[in-house]
This record gives sequence, structure tokens and C-alpha cells, in this order.
Amino acid sequence: MSVALREGKPPRRPRYRLRRNLREAGALALGLVVLIWTLTPIYNMFMVALEPHGDVFTNEIWPAKPSLESFWIVVTQGYWYLEYFWHQFGNSLYIGVLTVVLTLLIGSLASFSIGRMRLRQGWLVSNAALLTYVIPASFLAIPFYRIMQKYGLSNNLWSIIAAEVTFATPYAIFIFQQYARSIPIELDEAARIDGASPLQVYFRIYLPLMAPALVAVGTYALLLAWNEYLYQFLLLSSTRSMTVPVALAQFLNSDEAPWNYMMATAIVYAVPPVAIYYAFRRRMTAGLTMGGVKG
Amino acid sequence: MDSAQVLRTAKAFPDQALRRVWLRRRAWHGGLLGSEFTWAVAFVIPYAAVFLAFVAYPVVYGLWLGHSPDLYAELLADPIYQRTVVNTVLYLVIAVNLKMFGALLLSGFFMRPRWWVKALLLVYVLPWAVPALPSFISIHWMLNGQWGFVNNLLWEVFGVDGPGWLETSRWLALGSVIASHIWKWMPFWTVILLAGRMAVPQELYEAAEVDGATGLRGFAHVTFPLLANLYLICTLLSTIFTLGDFNTVYFVSAGGPALSTHVLATLGIRDAFDVARPELGVAAVMSALPLMIPLVILLMRKLRTTEVQL
Repeated sequence: MSVALREGKPPRRPRYRLRRNLREAGALALGLVVLIWTLTPIYNMFMVALEPHGDVFTNEIWPAKPSLESFWIVVTQGYWYLEYFWHQFGNSLYIGVLTVVLTLLIGSLASFSIGRMRLRQGWLVSNAALLTYVIPASFLAIPFYRIMQKYGLSNNLWSIIAAEVTFATPYAIFIFQQYARSIPIELDEAARIDGASPLQVYFRIYLPLMAPALVAVGTYALLLAWNEYLYQFLLLSSTRSMTVPVALAQFLNSDEAPWNYMMATAIVYAVPPVAIYYAFRRRMTAGLTMGGVKG
Repeated sequence: MDSAQVLRTAKAFPDQALRRVWLRRRAWHGGLLGSEFTWAVAFVIPYAAVFLAFVAYPVVYGLWLGHSPDLYAELLADPIYQRTVVNTVLYLVIAVNLKMFGALLLSGFFMRPRWWVKALLLVYVLPWAVPALPSFISIHWMLNGQWGFVNNLLWEVFGVDGPGWLETSRWLALGSVIASHIWKWMPFWTVILLAGRMAVPQELYEAAEVDGATGLRGFAHVTFPLLANLYLICTLLSTIFTLGDFNTVYFVSAGGPALSTHVLATLGIRDAFDVARPELGVAAVMSALPLMIPLVILLMRKLRTTEVQL
């Protein structure tokens, strides 16, 4: 500052610092707003879940006597709506795992054929996948339901797996094709010259090198199948074949909705996907934006 | 195929007819030979089967279900349907634009090199990580006029009696639905746009700064032109996703009060399953086609040429 003064320039540095501090304060304020905005519904979920039974209908903004009773009820299936909770949890898991396996298998085979073996008609498949990706799933639900009845798959977990695989594979094909461009085609050619069959190239070269993309797409498919509601609600009707979200939504329609049990169920249901999301977050975002910003 | 190749082929196949067959086969197989072509086709068959059985067939079946013009006349005469169309348009215009613009601004905010900004980003993506159902049920209860958290808070802090957000007025309920949608989906688009911003080389900003483009001018002349294409694609994609958004309306307002906040996606399901008239439900959904077809064509072009992957 003294240098600036000696040279006869106006002392701008304090003003500059003031402005920077103001901007920093503004950013902090914005951050606080974002934090409150984001956490309010989640806070509400925990608050209701921690209230003991009968205390839900009060006007408090934090639980006066927090108790883990509702979580205990959910874990021990101690309420008649939760009679098959772990069975339904298992159904969700079963659907999720099979969706992942089938999506990875079907998606990688198709993209291997289009991208690596350069099937001439590959553009047809790419366009079909793109079209599926941009059709809203909820718009297809009504005819899909009727067709599942025709296939004899109503109230069958396989109808859900079919639906989830249908909506996850287009994404898988895009990501695989994008990612495969970073793997030199010479690797395949070298293996072919050494006498490997296409199947061997697929298993020995393509799949191992695609591991990061497989993880990204697998996570995506698992979360899609676990979180999806509409198709599971329409296609699964009996208590034993239901998945967790369908059972959860059933609570809403009951006359005396036990909100604390419902929120506890919702939290137990949300923990696995959130954990998986944060564990694979970097891979997921890498997949989501892979090549997405070439402009 | 250049002339030298044709010449070589002509030598290999003196018989004209045979040569033509060979050429046609080669063109059809895309340069793949014999067993390789069989393998390539076999690898595509599983996906082709899934597409035909679970996408093409339902689409055709849906078109057939909703083909009768009488259905559309019935819909147009129905005041619930008219309100639904207005809601859908409002929902698309307001929710998509607020969400995308907010995401654009916040992605700039999350570029700040501060530890607490990075920590905040981890919290901020929580709505995207949590499944839709638990959050929307929570929001539904939170907005309850009598026992909900929002009105309790308003009473404790300001001493105001809050309205019944979902029970009394169509506009309050629609506003709540839009806010819930933004809450859930803005983090996703923020992350996408953040990745877009990160891909802009830092030197560009430095060069622009030397030329005097800082702050808002830097944004208008450097950031936005570079992000514009991505922003447009994201907006189009988000419009289609929002058009098909069922969960938000279904769980936050459930179409209420008095069926006044339905959108096409929820009305279609209601007509098909609660009213037990699948043709009418399909017709309600299909009435969005005039909006959807141009969107889909535009998007497929854009996605193919710029390779944006989501």
C-alpha cells in the first residue's frame, strides 16, 4: 500500500479487499440457503421417523422424545403393513441384481458387435437405443402392462426385470460405445490374427478393458431398478411379490397412516442406494459426462 | 469401393452374375466375412429381441389402442383434461427453465476453490442420490397444512399460520410440485453443467481476463458461448424427462386438490387404472405427441452429432 501511495496512485487495495470479502460473504450466504433447501425434506424424514408412536400429530419442529422405536418395528416386521418387509427387500434386491447382470450382458454384446466388429446395420441398433432413451417410460406404461398380461407375466418379478432392462440398456450401449473408443482396435485385430474367435476377443480383451464402464453402467442399472416405482406398482399386486417402494406407497392409501413407521421404512429403503451412490460417485459422474462436453 | 478394387474383384470373379452376388453380400455384411458376420449378428440379437418385445410392440399396441378420434373428442370436452394440459405446459415451462437456469448459476458457484464448497457439493447431490419415493412422501407430509413441518416452522419463527399447501389451492399445490421437482433434479443438471465448465480450458479465462472480460462479461463472452450447446441439449432432454415425470405429481400432490394438478403422465395412469379405461389413458398420453415428436427428432439429431451422453 505504501508503495502505491508513494507513486501517487489512489489506495485501491483496501477497497478491493472489501469487495472480495463481500463476495465471500455472499457466497457463504448462498451456500447456507442451498444447505437449508437441500436438507429440509431429509431432516423432516428423520424427525418424523424418530418420533414415538402417537407423537406424530404434534406441532413440534424437532422430536421432543426421540426414539428408535419405529426403526425397530421395521427391522422386526412388527406392524401388519410390514409383515413381509424383508421378503420385499429381497425382491427389490433380486430385481436389481438381475437387471444389472442382464443389462451389462445385453448392452456389452450389442456394443461389441456395433463398435468393434463394425456390423454394417449397427446404426439401426444405435438409433433404436437412442429412441428408447428419449421415450418417457411412464408414457409406455399402459401398453406395457397389457402386453405383460398377454405374455403371462403379470404379478411376476420377471416382468419388472424386463422393464428395467429395457430402459437401462440404451444408456449402457451409449456409454460402452463411447468408452470403447479409447481402446485401440489393433488389440482386437492382433488377437484375431493370433486365431482368437470373436467370442474369445469379447471375453478376453473387450470385457476386461471395459471394467470402468461396466462399473458405471452397473451402478446406474442397480439404482434405476431399486428406485423405480411406476412399473413395479402397476405390475406387482400381491404382498409377497411386492417390492419395497410399492409396499411403502401402500401405506399412503391406508386410513390411519402410521407416518413414523412409514418414514423409518423409507429411510431403511433409501440407505443402500445412497451408500452405493456415494461409493461409486466418481465413476457415476464420469459415466454421465463421458464425452458429454465436446460441445 | 474404388476402381482398383472393382478391377480386382472383376478378375477374381469373371462371371458377371456371381460377381454381383458377391458384391451385394459384401456390401450387406459390411466387410465382415462368413462366420464373423454370424457372430456379429448373434451378439446383437439379445438387444434386438428386447427392443422388439418391450419397446416396439408396446408402442405399436399403444398407437392402436389410442387410434380412435372419438377418444380425443371426449378428452377435449373434459374440463379435467383441459386443466391437465394447462398444468403440463406450466410445469414444463416453469420447472424446466428454473431448474436449468439455477443449475447453470450453481455450477458456477461450485467451481469456487474452497473446501467448504466441495463439502457442500457432497450434501447438495443428496436429493439426486435418495430415491424419489421417500423424499416425495416426506415433502408431502412436510407440506401438510395442520401437522406439517413447514407450517410448524412458520408458526414457531414468524407466528404466522401457514396455508394448507396441498389441500386448498390449485396454484399452491402446483407450485409445491414444481418446487419439489426442482429440489430433486437440479443437483443432477448442476453436476452435468459443472463437468461442462470444468472442461473449458483455464487459459481461456485467463486470456479473457487480460482482455478485460471478468465477472459477468466473462460469463457472457466466454463461459456461455462454450456452454450454450450443452445447455440447449440438457434443456431439451430435461423437457422430455419432465414431460414423463410421474412420481413428483403422484406423490407430492396426488393430482389434488379435486384433480386440479394432474399432468398428462399422471392423468394417463389414472384414466387407465383408476377409471379402468386404458384407451382413454393412452389417448391422454398420446395427445402429447405433437410436442414430443419435434423434441425427439431435434434431440436425436443433436445427440448423434455432438455425442452428449447422459
